Amino acid sequence: MKVKHTGKEPLIRLSKRTDISIFQAIAVRAAAILIALLLCSLIVMAITGGNTGFFQVYADMFKGSFGSSRRIMMFLRDISALLCLGLALAPAFRMKFWNIGAEGQAIIGALAAVTVIKKMPFLPPAAMLAVMLCASVIAGAVWGIIPAIFKAKYNTNETLFTLMMNYVAMQLVRCCVILWERQPGSNDVGILPAGNFPKLFGVDYGINILVVAVLTVVAYIYLKYSKQGYEIAVVGESVNTAKYTGINVKKVIIRTMAISGAICGIAGFLLIAGTHHTINTGIVGGEGFTAIIVAWLAKLNPFYMLLTSFLVVFLNRGTAQIASACGLNSYASNIIIGVVLFFIIGCEFFIQYKLFLRHPRKKEGV
Amino acid sequence: MDAIAYFLQRTIAQALPLLFGSTGEILTEKSGNLNLGIPGIMVAGGVAGMISATVYEKTAANPIGIVSVCISFLFAILCAGLVSLIYCFLTVTLRANQNVTGLAITIFGTGFGNFFGGAIGKLMGINDISILMTVDTYKKTLPFAKNLGWFGTIFLEHGFLFYLSIIIAVLAAYILKHTRTGLNLRAVGENPATADAAGISVTKYKYLATCIGGSIAGLGGLYYVMDYSRGTWDTQSFGERGWLSIALVIFVIWNPDLAILGAALFGGLYIADVYVPGLSGAQKELFKMLPYVVTILVLILTSRTKKKKNQPPESLGIPYFREDR
Repeated sequence: MKVKHTGKEPLIRLSKRTDISIFQAIAVRAAAILIALLLCSLIVMAITGGNTGFFQVYADMFKGSFGSSRRIMMFLRDISALLCLGLALAPAFRMKFWNIGAEGQAIIGALAAVTVIKKMPFLPPAAMLAVMLCASVIAGAVWGIIPAIFKAKYNTNETLFTLMMNYVAMQLVRCCVILWERQPGSNDVGILPAGNFPKLFGVDYGINILVVAVLTVVAYIYLKYSKQGYEIAVVGESVNTAKYTGINVKKVIIRTMAISGAICGIAGFLLIAGTHHTINTGIVGGEGFTAIIVAWLAKLNPFYMLLTSFLVVFLNRGTAQIASACGLNSYASNIIIGVVLFFIIGCEFFIQYKLFLRHPRKKEGV
Repeated sequence: MDAIAYFLQRTIAQALPLLFGSTGEILTEKSGNLNLGIPGIMVAGGVAGMISATVYEKTAANPIGIVSVCISFLFAILCAGLVSLIYCFLTVTLRANQNVTGLAITIFGTGFGNFFGGAIGKLMGINDISILMTVDTYKKTLPFAKNLGWFGTIFLEHGFLFYLSIIIAVLAAYILKHTRTGLNLRAVGENPATADAAGISVTKYKYLATCIGGSIAGLGGLYYVMDYSRGTWDTQSFGERGWLSIALVIFVIWNPDLAILGAALFGGLYIADVYVPGLSGAQKELFKMLPYVVTILVLILTSRTKKKKNQPPESLGIPYFREDR
């Protein structure tokens, strides 16, 4: 390999920022979101063939998200589903354990809840919900612990392991759906007869919203103020430091993944008892993956996650509304979400680093 | 005999998207980039090929099959490469987290593919979106394939993408194991700091490996759309092929040549439930779990044995910034 010496300064030079104020950081992010939204409007206009005006897009998105009290409640429901999974991931990610398996952990939690409904129909409603919750928590935790044990013991790559566990869970669900389907070949379990939440705030999923709201606060306190939360942070920063200070790293990895999986299990339980009342492979709908992005962009802070999941749900519901109004399929919202995410992911760079352009007056070789 | 030959032929048809996908992902991962956007890239590439073929076939005065194939092939590579470029720009230049970026790419790519794949007819204002001429050209087999009995049925009754996939996989294996470029690429994936010190341009290798890898994976989508599903796009049926490709990468412990056999095995498992007698519907679904379970077992075994040769690239998923050392 030859190294060329041109005597030139590089065109762009980087240095790490240490002095950025919180307002600057917010301004950069806001600018990124703004640019992304402008771009989205153009995309939507292009897709709908110019039938929607530039600013009309935003009005339609707003209407799709908050147009009626029912839509507002559904908006909250979607946020709570996404946020719950994000909260589940936060402890694992803080430990730098890449749990890509939230989708599977939630779906196996949902499956456990449905199994309880199917196998123990004699339980009274309150006991039914309690047993369902326990089953979901255990199932989710088991799904999280399996990769954690191998990570702790053999340092098995957890990203790939948890990713594969998703599809093991999905096949299990497919298998059970066939066992339970109403008519052979219909692939439809139908609305489950029991195990539904009582109404709260006038909707089935009122309890979902309440549970996730409480969970957000609990997660924040756990991560920030508890001893276990501190241990997680130390293991995440440096395994060697953790060992040196006497933290049992293996125990922390397994315990944290149990918690992470358990909360995913709760998310699955909420989806069954509050939202869908039925099971198929699509009930988590990829939110387990979206939650990874939501959690990461929020810097794993539960309250910031509220903002990021708000943004994602807003884009999702808003674009779906526009697409359905134009008779197009709702996958348009994934394009929009993708584009916005690219911008937010990219803008972090400008918060962390400062760019210096090559000094214009300096001549080459001087 | 005929039934077995037919089964093996269908196996290969199932295996091809996986082979393209995993060859591409192996190249990408060898540079240290864990691109979880591969499922999205495959879908985007396939649909881009389909759209370009549709546009050409519907607008050209005298559409010619071979031209349509070239156009769609080019657009598939280009689109998949461009989406990979977004991934690369975000992770290498803007130093974003690889997992997060990859998943965002998958959301974008599958959204792009499913949206345009489903809405192409409406957007173009035509009802008939069949592109059978292009499809027939893609599926054109060697003229003497029919005369060679079972051998012909299994290995020759495939379109040119079949041969291409094997050539690419063998070539990728050769480049990785026997050339200077491959050595440099592996060095970048194992220990970028050392590679950098040795004068290898880490950024260049990461960009090239990821974009070329993505383009190859895009061909998997193209094969699926053009050959397997005969020029139509169905949102559900592409299914988990993208993730299976990533599983396959682990299963063959990062060897593109082994991926040929691995893809055949995964492809066979994917449809074996149809051929095993006496399985109930539910058991069939459990059967389809096998590729994932086997992959997990391989992952555990490789991490247990600690054999240097069989490990994932050392810096897989870890970003490299020269200043951070």
